[in-house]
Amino acid sequence: MVVLSKIATNDRHGENSLYFDGWKAYDMNPYHPTNNRDGVIQMGLAENQLCFDLSEDWIRKNPKASICTAEGVDEFKNIAIFQDYHGLPEFRQAVASFMGRVRGGRVKFDQERIVMSGGATGANELIMFCLADPGDAFLVPSPYYPAFDRDLGWRTGVQIVPVHCDSSNGFLITKAALEAAYEKAQEDNINIKGLLIANPSNPLGTVLDRETLKSLVSFVNEKNIHLVCDEIYAATLFSTPDFVSISEIMQEMEYCNPDLIHIVYSLSKDMGLPGFRVGIVYSYNDAVVSCGRKMSSFGLVSSQTQHLLAAMLSDEEFVGNFLEQSSKRLAKRHNVFTKGLAKAGITCLKSNAGLFVWMDLRRLLKEQTLEAEMALWHVIINEVKVNVSPGSSFHCSEPGWFRVCFANMDDETVEVALQRINAFVRQEKDGNNKAQGKRTKCLPKKLQLSFSFRRYDEGLMSPHMIMSPHSPHVPLSPLVRART
Amino acid sequence: MSLLSRKAICNTHGQDSSYFLGWQEYEKNPFDEVQNPNGIIQMGLAENQLSFDLLESWLANNPDVAGFKRDGNSIFRELALFQDYHGLPSFKKALVEFMAEIRGNRVTFDPSRIVLTAGATSANETLMFCLAEAGEAFLLPTPYYPGFDRDLKWRTGAEIVPIHCTSSNGFRITASALEEAYQEAEKRNLRVKGVLVTNPSNPLGTTMTRSELNLLIKFITAKNIHLISDEIYSGTVFNSPGFVSVMEVLKDGDYDKTEVWNRVHIVYSLSKDLGLPGFRVGAIYSNDDMVVAAATKMSSFGLVSSQTQYLLSALLSDKKFTKNYISENQKRLRKRQRMLVMGLGKAGISWLESNNAGLFCWVDMRHLLHSNTFEEEMELWKKIVYDVGLNISPGSSCHCTEPGWFRVCFANMSEATLNLAMQRLKNFVVEYSTANGHKRLHHSPKNSKKKSLTQWVFRLSSRDRDRESDR
Repeated sequence: MVVLSKIATNDRHGENSLYFDGWKAYDMNPYHPTNNRDGVIQMGLAENQLCFDLSEDWIRKNPKASICTAEGVDEFKNIAIFQDYHGLPEFRQAVASFMGRVRGGRVKFDQERIVMSGGATGANELIMFCLADPGDAFLVPSPYYPAFDRDLGWRTGVQIVPVHCDSSNGFLITKAALEAAYEKAQEDNINIKGLLIANPSNPLGTVLDRETLKSLVSFVNEKNIHLVCDEIYAATLFSTPDFVSISEIMQEMEYCNPDLIHIVYSLSKDMGLPGFRVGIVYSYNDAVVSCGRKMSSFGLVSSQTQHLLAAMLSDEEFVGNFLEQSSKRLAKRHNVFTKGLAKAGITCLKSNAGLFVWMDLRRLLKEQTLEAEMALWHVIINEVKVNVSPGSSFHCSEPGWFRVCFANMDDETVEVALQRINAFVRQEKDGNNKAQGKRTKCLPKKLQLSFSFRRYDEGLMSPHMIMSPHSPHVPLSPLVRART
Repeated sequence: MSLLSRKAICNTHGQDSSYFLGWQEYEKNPFDEVQNPNGIIQMGLAENQLSFDLLESWLANNPDVAGFKRDGNSIFRELALFQDYHGLPSFKKALVEFMAEIRGNRVTFDPSRIVLTAGATSANETLMFCLAEAGEAFLLPTPYYPGFDRDLKWRTGAEIVPIHCTSSNGFRITASALEEAYQEAEKRNLRVKGVLVTNPSNPLGTTMTRSELNLLIKFITAKNIHLISDEIYSGTVFNSPGFVSVMEVLKDGDYDKTEVWNRVHIVYSLSKDLGLPGFRVGAIYSNDDMVVAAATKMSSFGLVSSQTQYLLSALLSDKKFTKNYISENQKRLRKRQRMLVMGLGKAGISWLESNNAGLFCWVDMRHLLHSNTFEEEMELWKKIVYDVGLNISPGSSCHCTEPGWFRVCFANMSEATLNLAMQRLKNFVVEYSTANGHKRLHHSPKNSKKKSLTQWVFRLSSRDRDRESDR
């Protein structure tokens, strides 16, 4: 047999991780409000499903934005042949303007610096190809989005050096921690090419304050390394403090080498459009823009999609209303959810952005270890029947934290989830024995019943619509979705 | 320590090649029937613009698709959320059926073995990542599509070693050429992981013969390596002999029971057959489970927009449409090619007569060279771009070993423009032949004959190119 490449056969795609047990449980037994009320509720998926009505309404009212409608088909040919890797000018303009709006108009983005990519997944990989050689490393504060391991390192050969943050200071990134990580890397002969941060943070849901951002900029300037800011959650801010983009810091700081600063963006979270694969690399470094643009050939945004979104995002009234509504609805959902958790005696890290909360279950751990976290997690999946993401999957150094998504379901499902969690916590409180008893109940029986169960998308669609090409017998990993 | 990666600094992206530079010249002075009738006519762009009316009328008859609706119900939300790298099942099914239809249903494809990618550009790169380590090589018959230098080598670190094909036998692949290429790789200490062919060929515009395909299969069997068959032009075959896919030859030869079955992979795209390069729809088809698995995961870096998958699944599921489209498209291509070659004939220019596919013709201008060198080819090319006003692609940019060949596209312009192009060419040849070295043709001051090719390439390569590469 001819051997495939190392990349094709190694594990750096990350999909063989144990963490996908939760997903498997969900895929085999997905919750449905009418057809499967006992199923597993998906709370591991960071999707923004709260504002589709607004987008749908806009599309209905703007048939010209589609090249398929009678009103828009005269553009069909021009759009269908457009494969220029600069992107449609109106698309770049609209994205630049949208990015500015999301930052409250405090920054203006130059459309000439907008580079397209295959979602933020493609953007993160692309920026690594531009900035680092195989074997080089990037510092990434933990906890961090699990798929960074794949996106930053799988095909690029770049390593991640985590900078561990913990609850002792609210998971803040400190200069000391960065320096320590950098020094250690030097000692280990690891060539650090840059620092990558996600702001707002996944999984924390918090934003970086101005001072921290400034200190990060000083740090990278001192070391002459890059700073990549993944701002994919920028418009998911739902309360104070304000989101401060690195682009604003750039404007404020007297000395900052622009060649070191790069932003990754996407419409997958802010607009809830992960299927459309709109990733953006925005760099202040001309050479990176130029090289990145050539590389974008490997993951251009479909011109049909560019055309639609150019119209949608340049509709200022729509954008203004969308951002306002989205923020309001996220705030409301976050409020309902955190209050519900509080009733159960569960606290979360105080957060003001993102599509999830960082839930603190440390006191429910038998001991403060990874194994105890995993044991608790399996209970949550199998007993509570809620798929949440354990902190260890985010490389969190402190056991007991879980990311729980709240924006990918309807209100009723949120209630059901809260009830289950409440019930579980009460039961845990009532003593271990009782809990032990419940845990020995045979789950597999239940799973068997649901084996022939057809896979439904959560909530509201007509049952015959099966999106997944696989039979429910084959569980899918979350990385199947480009970004979770 | 360099601030950027080696990949960012090098020029393996290949964009400094003359192939792309001709484009830049076109962009500066593009022909327009009304606005700029003396501008440069773009004949370097392998686009299929002949059949949009068929697509547009299908859209007019299928309004549901336009409104993100299925059976009257809105599926916007589902599409907006759909980012499963396995792809939309209905789209994959429709796509493999379309591929089978193009092959006269003599082969069928399994939808679970198709991996969707952002264009064939991404498909080819992804296959390289799966099949080769950095520093390993694939053999490619010359002349080949210039974009392969970027797609196969740039970020993967893989190498290309040419299999030299010449006009002595119509540029067919021979056993000795294959063997020579393999030896050359060994001499350069490059481990060969496979052969990549484009069938139908770009830039030759010919379908591979069964004997060539059998030769390739024997070769990869003997060397225990892979074969990638880029069949992006499979639906553009307009003359006999028809298209024979490597899959068909494998099937006919009962190779599906053998190990080599797993080492043959197909690349496809809708950019040429349907004329939809903007939609970024590419695909990898492999009989090897591991390749399918790895490539599927890698496709995360360049998935096809769900909006586009949905549109195309509806389009390609309409069998009445696909049947009519395939045949009508072929008819139009055949007619257009005939116009071109008649024009060439009138200008006393010959071409590769086996041209039966593709969106272009492989044209022989060796008789117009002052000497049989690539410098002369460049000089001739410059004249054709600047003086004649036609952007055609010089063979050297396709790594052709013989100077004097040019790829001329015919499916990306109106009939009137094509006629004008042929007229200009005829006038040029007449003047050129009469001139015979005595009479100097007018040159624009910017482009003195004295400027060496190298200088010229360096000067223009500093500018950014704005168009995604043509195939």
